Amino acid sequence: MRLIKRVGNWLEMRVQLATPIRETMEHRVPRETASWFYVFGSAALTVFVLQLVTGILLALVYVPSGAEAWTSLQVLNHQISLGWFIRALHGWGSNFMLAIVLIHMVQVFLFGAYKFPRELTWIVGVLLLLLTLGMAFTGQVLRFDQDAYWGLGIGASISSRIPLLGPWIVNLLLGGPIIAGPTLSRFFALHVFVIPGALIAFVGLHLLLVLKLGINEWPMPGRLVRRATYLKEYHELTQKDGVPFVPDAIGKDLVFSSLILLAVAACAVAFGPFGPSGQPDPTIIQTVPRPDYFFLWLYAVLSLLPPSMETPALLIGPVIILLVLLALPFVSGEGEKSWKRRPIAVLTILLLAVALGTFTHLAGNAPWSPVMNAWSKDPIPAEYLSGRTAKERQGALVFQAKQCHNCHALGGIGGQRGPALDDVALQLTQDQLVRQVILGGGNMPAYGKNLSPAQTAALVAFLETLHPAGQAPARDASRAVQ
Amino acid sequence: MTPLHGFSRRGALTKLGLIFNGAVGGILAVPIVRYLLSPVIRERRPGSESWLSLGALGQFPEGQTRLATYRHPLASQADGETANIPCWVRRLDGEKFQVFAINCAHLGCPVRWFPQSGLFMCPCHGGVYYEDGSRASGPPERGLFEYRYKVEHGDLAIQVGEMPTPGVTASSLINISLKRTPPKKTPCV
Repeated sequence: MRLIKRVGNWLEMRVQLATPIRETMEHRVPRETASWFYVFGSAALTVFVLQLVTGILLALVYVPSGAEAWTSLQVLNHQISLGWFIRALHGWGSNFMLAIVLIHMVQVFLFGAYKFPRELTWIVGVLLLLLTLGMAFTGQVLRFDQDAYWGLGIGASISSRIPLLGPWIVNLLLGGPIIAGPTLSRFFALHVFVIPGALIAFVGLHLLLVLKLGINEWPMPGRLVRRATYLKEYHELTQKDGVPFVPDAIGKDLVFSSLILLAVAACAVAFGPFGPSGQPDPTIIQTVPRPDYFFLWLYAVLSLLPPSMETPALLIGPVIILLVLLALPFVSGEGEKSWKRRPIAVLTILLLAVALGTFTHLAGNAPWSPVMNAWSKDPIPAEYLSGRTAKERQGALVFQAKQCHNCHALGGIGGQRGPALDDVALQLTQDQLVRQVILGGGNMPAYGKNLSPAQTAALVAFLETLHPAGQAPARDASRAVQ
Repeated sequence: MTPLHGFSRRGALTKLGLIFNGAVGGILAVPIVRYLLSPVIRERRPGSESWLSLGALGQFPEGQTRLATYRHPLASQADGETANIPCWVRRLDGEKFQVFAINCAHLGCPVRWFPQSGLFMCPCHGGVYYEDGSRASGPPERGLFEYRYKVEHGDLAIQVGEMPTPGVTASSLINISLKRTPPKKTPCV
């Protein structure tokens, strides 16, 4: 013990940090901030540290080379003792970090913590969100598999649409004319040096601001923020009704952080690492690239936007979102903090949550994509075939062979790009069916060139049988008059 | 030495030091920026677009569309499999071809050819193209990208360069700036 004390004294005489550290730890915070609502920032920091540690561990084995990255991930998964677990921790840690950062942001927004004098804390927080998203995307690229390869293609295609500078940006992004070794090298540098460096710096600044300006007090309805008086009021609050951060307020942070670490580890054990999927060989085109979970909503938006809106939305949308986020603390830097008196803030969060949730859910089964193997994998339900004429069954064969099933579902199976055809005979008459098949339209390709008259006749005969029993198919009333 | 009107030798030296540092920093920035811009600058070198053979004409039956692959001419060992690029070759008849890039004109995913229905379909966002590469349906705003091709010594050769993207490609910008004859269709280079 005496030796430890002597070493401690020897160090302290030189670094002189004991007093500032004690003052920092014991700084007074409002009593109500020792709350389960105030634990997300520290949890995000904890997961970030987990990411740093597991990231360094992975870098011991990972080879950032276009030719070898995928193989080194296989080595990590299968040959290194518990390599799969470290990969799983890093992958699940990434998901948890993004989720916690978003929850932290929502809490800060709803509790009005971005208002005076914490505007800069919010702005740095927005930058931290962008950097975290940047880590998620670059990390997905380092998992150098098919999804990573085609994800880069999507990134390049989006960047190419930037006016004037687009093509140069594509070359800079890819490190050359195509997605290849140099692309991986520069994403490695971004993921391992550039963005983490920026993250560490901005996390430091974020924490410094929290210390200097104090933790946001629990918002009380009717207690308004005024620039002239806020600092004095906050000081009085912490003096009169404050507690030292350590040991009174940090307890819940510690408990929650360890619970989160435990949850990451549990997910890692239960679900294992993410991928890698197939090797990054572009000549393997039998692939259905999908982005990682937190970019699924974007994937859905890119599919659902009208084509003419797409480029403007892609290029202007992010700028507007960023400007709104950055302007927020200046536009509403004063006034009510409590979410109970800020209905628009609450509705905004609900709207965003519902929209992002819906887009993510939609992207889960991607109804806008043809099911590429439905024509050879999904059979036509037997009840659609029994008791049919030879011609109608021939039409069913045409339906399968010409890949109609890739976009049109029958009996709930098949693609959803086009409408399900279970009762198409109720909607369209024979002539309308023929015209639709041959000319296409309404986002359907024209099949005129690829169907012989006999095939068209058979297909339409089959389609005319698709109506519920007891309901007559649509007919052209003008014909009945003759 | 006493400061005179806020001016001192040491102060002057500090200012001089700052200016000197700025100047050295500026000079160092030139090669650094040039290094960073290398992927863009390199495109200006002749040879980044080159003709290469996809194989003998006999490999491509008339009236059919077949997948062909080539190794990118600038590939290095570190590129591994990523430098093996596929493309769709449609032989109309004789020496008339269409060579399509694999990348969907929407966001670059790999399109698949379905000979039965004569359509290219994209697995990502549902873009569909006819057999001649023109847009059939879905989000793409244009048809498939086409490579320039020529028939030489009984081989089908295509001009390869950049990965095609919906924006204008860098080399075609250079083409324009160098007042070369602009290609008729947006080429896949």
